[in-house]
Amino acid sequence: MGKVLMKGNEVIAEAAVQADCKYFFGYPITPQSELVAYMARRLPEVGGLFLQAESEVAAINMVYGAASAGVRVMTSSSSPGISLKQEGISYLVGAELPAVIVNVMRGGPGLGSIQPGQADYFQATKGGGHGDYRIPVLAPSSLQEIVDLMQAAFDMADRYRTPVLLLGDGMLGQMMEPVEFPEKQDLDLPAKDWATTGTRGDGERKITNSLRLDPADLEVHNNHLQQKYATITKNEVRYEMYLTDDADYIFVAYGTVARIVKSAIQKAREKGIKAGLIRPITLWPFPELPFLETRDRVKAYLTVEMSAGQMVEDVRLAVNGRKPVHFYGRTGGMVPDSDEILAQLTQLAGGEQ
Amino acid sequence: MLHEILIAGFGGQGVMSMGQLLAYAGMIENKQVSWLPSYGPEQRGGTANVSVIVSDKPIGSPVISRPSAAIVLNNPSFEKYEPLVMPGGVLISNSSLIDRKSRRTDITVIEVPASEIANQMGDPKVANSVILGAFLEFSKVVSPEAVIESLKKVLSSKNQHLIPLNQAALEKGAEIVLQGV
Repeated sequence: MGKVLMKGNEVIAEAAVQADCKYFFGYPITPQSELVAYMARRLPEVGGLFLQAESEVAAINMVYGAASAGVRVMTSSSSPGISLKQEGISYLVGAELPAVIVNVMRGGPGLGSIQPGQADYFQATKGGGHGDYRIPVLAPSSLQEIVDLMQAAFDMADRYRTPVLLLGDGMLGQMMEPVEFPEKQDLDLPAKDWATTGTRGDGERKITNSLRLDPADLEVHNNHLQQKYATITKNEVRYEMYLTDDADYIFVAYGTVARIVKSAIQKAREKGIKAGLIRPITLWPFPELPFLETRDRVKAYLTVEMSAGQMVEDVRLAVNGRKPVHFYGRTGGMVPDSDEILAQLTQLAGGEQ
Repeated sequence: MLHEILIAGFGGQGVMSMGQLLAYAGMIENKQVSWLPSYGPEQRGGTANVSVIVSDKPIGSPVISRPSAAIVLNNPSFEKYEPLVMPGGVLISNSSLIDRKSRRTDITVIEVPASEIANQMGDPKVANSVILGAFLEFSKVVSPEAVIESLKKVLSSKNQHLIPLNQAALEKGAEIVLQGV
């Protein structure tokens, strides 16, 4: 299969199919409806099952059921629909069930707009539902990167028995770029001996459950989950560093905004301002290392988001007061352009000279 | 080489498809391409625009704030995008549908009576190919051959017979530019 020109939402769907996802439960919402439509057409071709649920709440609980049976399963939605799924995600975490959830973010709060946004960062990375938990969050910034990260999402879900969130936005979902789907690689993943597929009299009863009424028992379970999060934090952090070696100013941005920032960096360098970019690819676990490496040599960081300032809090934790961390954001579905980002940097660079 | 092309018109005028053909043709020629549509609550008759970038380097922002080329197919799009064309850029309008005239002297303005030409050719639907032909002749972003190749892939088997007509329309558009109208 050579290069094909596809829409982001279709790439997410096809990449999931390529990653052996056979079950999809969802409910359409702009700007990710093409993903649902693609799955409806494509999954029957590979012997899978597509079901349009009556609501987002139903869809995530169908995911719980399918994941309990040990199959690769996905659901997708956009911001308001992802809020509805939070209870189910917390249950998946409690029962340690692998699944992939896709959020193609739009402007909020409430029903908000249908234009691109990044205002669900807190919800995505700090737990989202109730209880002490985190789930891995992967944020692709190009359509080709979706292909790589979708495979990683399903693998991480199975390896750690956790839901994994792929976080994009309306721009990523709606745009087209050429993509290539590489040959699949065999991975050494643990067998799903916990799956509730029937015991056939050959062992203990298998149960998937998130209810533990004995607090001592539940604390043991929480400790186990926290250990799992420590392992994920140790093994799974991903990020990109772009022109940071000689940079006086380092942008921090993820997803599509990181692309716009790269254009601003090119323009800044033409003007003689040495700028670079740290692009977190996993938003949780958040990459701290690139900040430890750069914070003693840069003048300042500038975080750019399509939100009122969410990831910037994690940036400030990583920089830990060693350098100023500035913020520029647009909200409501407004997309910043490279010139306005450049203007922010120019002001910052001028103000410190 | 970096072309930032904005195409705008009414929904249903073929704005998205025209952009897709350009992006597809760029991909065939091994260039970097991106295609980003407006996707508001729009439908047939509403406004629609698409941003297409064709470059020899990896594409950063798929968002275009100052297009190097704007192709406008109706009056509202002319009013919105004519002032935004980058100095030294090009504005191409379907002058059969647009009565506005550009006063800018720092850009190239090409007026193509595309709908009239398409009607003379017997099919009003090839107006966009006429426009595209003019744009390709002027900008050389991609070759007309690559566009035809893309059409072969995009059109279903029952519509393949439309390719010669579209090829002729591309040539008509190119003639407009060659004649310096």
